[in-house]
Amino acid sequence: MGCGVMTAAAAALTPSPRSFGSRLSTYFYLRPRLLLMLFLLPPLLWLGIVYLGSLFALLAQSFFQVDDFTGQVIYEPTLGNYARLFGAVNLSIIGRTLAMAAIVTVICGIIAFPIAYYMARYATGRTKALFYVAVMLPLWSNYLVRVYSWRLILAKEGVIHWAFNEMGLGWLLDWMLSLPVLQGSSLSTSYVGTCVTFVYIWLPYMILPLQAALERVPRSFIEASSDLGARPRQTFRKVIFPLAIPGVAAGSIFTFSLTLGDYIIPQLIGSSRPFIGQAVYQFQGTAGDIPMAAAFAMAPIVIMAIYLSLAKRFGAFDAL
Amino acid sequence: MRSRAAVLDRATPRAGIGLKAGAWFAVLFLNLPILFIVLYGFTTDEQSYSFPPPGLTTRWFGVIMNRGDFWDALWLSVSVAFVATIAALILGTLAAAAMYRFSFFGKESVTLLILLPIALPGIVTGISLRAAFDLADVPFSYWTIVAGHATFCIVVVYNNAIARLRRSSPAMMEASMDLGANSLQTFRHVVLPNLATALLAGGMLAFALSFDEIIVTTFTAGQQTTLPIWMFKELVRPHQRPVTNVAAIIVMAITFVPILLAYYLTRDTQDVAGSGK
Repeated sequence: MGCGVMTAAAAALTPSPRSFGSRLSTYFYLRPRLLLMLFLLPPLLWLGIVYLGSLFALLAQSFFQVDDFTGQVIYEPTLGNYARLFGAVNLSIIGRTLAMAAIVTVICGIIAFPIAYYMARYATGRTKALFYVAVMLPLWSNYLVRVYSWRLILAKEGVIHWAFNEMGLGWLLDWMLSLPVLQGSSLSTSYVGTCVTFVYIWLPYMILPLQAALERVPRSFIEASSDLGARPRQTFRKVIFPLAIPGVAAGSIFTFSLTLGDYIIPQLIGSSRPFIGQAVYQFQGTAGDIPMAAAFAMAPIVIMAIYLSLAKRFGAFDAL
Repeated sequence: MRSRAAVLDRATPRAGIGLKAGAWFAVLFLNLPILFIVLYGFTTDEQSYSFPPPGLTTRWFGVIMNRGDFWDALWLSVSVAFVATIAALILGTLAAAAMYRFSFFGKESVTLLILLPIALPGIVTGISLRAAFDLADVPFSYWTIVAGHATFCIVVVYNNAIARLRRSSPAMMEASMDLGANSLQTFRHVVLPNLATALLAGGMLAFALSFDEIIVTTFTAGQQTTLPIWMFKELVRPHQRPVTNVAAIIVMAITFVPILLAYYLTRDTQDVAGSGK
């Protein structure tokens, strides 16, 4: 880096002091607000027009309605879509999605804790790098391919059913799949399969903030706790765990929000009963009813707004 | 006695067997399923997903060579990801520069605005864009896909760039200016070399993210078939199941390269690359 400074200095000395570049930089140096505008305007315009504009379009569309006979959108404000949203069928879709999001979040928390704790406190050097890649690679890559892998694994002829049968435990799986809520002809057509796949896909989002939160726990706190006579178990419960809560809350924002909006996983794996994402997708696609889809999309937005305000109380935003 | 044990414990921290097992379970759970895709790419079984595969063959790799629809979809995805990444690099870097250098009224709101496309579920971004295109009578095209992808890729570049800027010392820039360089020269010779690997990493991740995005894409693509949409169609209505498996292997190979590269570029700042998608 020092070398970079040297070249910069050398480069600066060679041209005449009144070169165009110098004059330009002096111009902006004297007008920092103008420079700020130049920097900020393109991204702000893009996000403001393309993204915020779209969100407003969504809100506007949710108050329009499709004429049942002509199939044309009537551009007059009405609350009709919201009335339909609170019908029994649609409420049960929302309830089912909420329950799944909650369960997935809890399971992600349970599976993420040991690995996050191990990464933060014990892993060093190469092991730590290995763990990090093992968590990061699935996070960034191949959402669809990874969902698909579970279709292979959970299929009736797939490896899990095969393994259970080989161990003579096939009856156990069949019994589970005959239970009222979990029923299905195989794991890939049961809620169990949907849940496992959700957990698999969103797990890294829980591990990383949790690991970061645990890494921030000062070593001196733990030493102080044991100096004051606490057993390791007590230290964990009274010192480490409370300090990890913001990390869990931050991770849960992702696992909860992503489960709420996903429509690919429940469509490929699980019983045919729809989730919010699928309802939105079907209304805008096959039904051609964008206003109703827009009204339905308000459900995850409102739920997330409530969830974010709750998560904020647990310090999630400081751990993001 | 106990305190002596504690001292030893502090010198060489050792994880309990249960903790270790839990940690390795998560690693295997996250990475083992991918191996099944690779295995099924070689199966001779065309009709079902039977395990163990009845036989192994490499013939599907030959079959996919002649599937024009696959290669068209692959090309579209690469091209969309490339253009979206360029757009995200420009917009994300500008945003990071502004947020790092200046403090101004409404800065918090701007941060929120940059983060919003990833904080809200993908389907909200998707249906919003769909609703907007519908209201504004914008026909679906290549550029509607790019617009959607660029929007959620900005934050990836922004996160990487701002993290690097925050870590770099302002003294470097001051030194450069003191030695007579103007701001353009300081940017060219001091800031940019320092920022380059962070931008490259951000670009790589944005590319990987765009390359296999499906949730937003289905709402903005119309009749166009990107690679994830092609795969999704094949999964719902399979023509040749093993071809889908081979396609999955190819997709995996293509995304792993930029992600691993991004990791090595930002290795010293581990929290940067993974901090939110």
